[in-house]
Amino acid sequence: MKLTEEQIYRYSRNILLPEVGGSGQEKLLSSKVFCVGVGGLGSPVALYLVAAGVGTIGIADADQVDISNLQRQVIHFTDDIGKPKTESAKEKLKRLNPDVNVIVYKEAITKKNIRDIIKDYDIVLDGSDNFPTRYLVNDACYFEKKTLISGAILQFEGQVSVFKPFAGGPCYRCLYPEIPPLGMIPSCQEAGILGAVAGIIGTIQAVEALKEILQIGRSLVGRLLVFNALNMSFTDIKVKKDPNCPLCGENPSIRDLSDYDYSQREECEFDLASLIGNK
Amino acid sequence: MESIKIDERIDITKEICPMTFVKTKLKLESMRSGQVLEVTLKGGEPLKNVPKSVREEGHKILDIRKENDHYKILIERR
Repeated sequence: MKLTEEQIYRYSRNILLPEVGGSGQEKLLSSKVFCVGVGGLGSPVALYLVAAGVGTIGIADADQVDISNLQRQVIHFTDDIGKPKTESAKEKLKRLNPDVNVIVYKEAITKKNIRDIIKDYDIVLDGSDNFPTRYLVNDACYFEKKTLISGAILQFEGQVSVFKPFAGGPCYRCLYPEIPPLGMIPSCQEAGILGAVAGIIGTIQAVEALKEILQIGRSLVGRLLVFNALNMSFTDIKVKKDPNCPLCGENPSIRDLSDYDYSQREECEFDLASLIGNK
Repeated sequence: MESIKIDERIDITKEICPMTFVKTKLKLESMRSGQVLEVTLKGGEPLKNVPKSVREEGHKILDIRKENDHYKILIERR
């Protein structure tokens, strides 16, 4: 690959970095990343990766832009309300950098389609807003041996980690083995989220993706970075591979996506009992 | 300095910072270790910054000399 004169100018600030250079820029231009969701996390992820010259970006989201999204989902504008998020995002990304190939998936991510979709990509970034998708993405990445850069946010907090179980690290299930029952953890819709927190966590996901592509620095593999905006603190928690992990452990119970029910169950009896006990 | 064999040449007199170094860096990347690049550049800011950045990336400056209105620097690729 030979950088054009325009590309040399466009990416000059990347190329200047000793860790990037022309060869690093060429790596970025030939890389393929997949974003699950173009919402609060997916907006900064997609914008920064496309700006940096990642060659191909796949974006999946089945939702339409809603006015309540605009407080944090910075890729969508007021006149996009009602449009599919993928369409709104693609239009901005092409305007930002016409070099980049943007592939859109309007349909929901399911057990049936996810492995087929992600197999063409190098890295998967999860910015989904629900647990069934989060677990499905983790499991599919494990089976397809794809690096997963996972981000999550709620209220004033966020978490990020990089999962590469195929290279010896833990997976998302080593950290959180099972889908939590409905109602145990509130959603952004119920509990709120400070928009800029999504920007911080999504931007960290984008940085980790660029480091993975360039193979530079120390990644978040085996570490969970926990951010608290009210204290303005970052805490780095060690995550070990769990030998009893239902997915990547020694005796896995999930050997294929068809082995697991990804629907979220109602709150368990134990919690109900403890609620009554509190009265 | 007459005996140094020049493998590649680049003229960055029309560039402004940081493209002066970006162009030099990309040229060096395309060369093999030990090869010599001659860079023609203007005095002032480029003359101050390009050799400094080149050294910071581990290359060797073999010579800097004035020629008419411009300067020529010889760089040995790391």
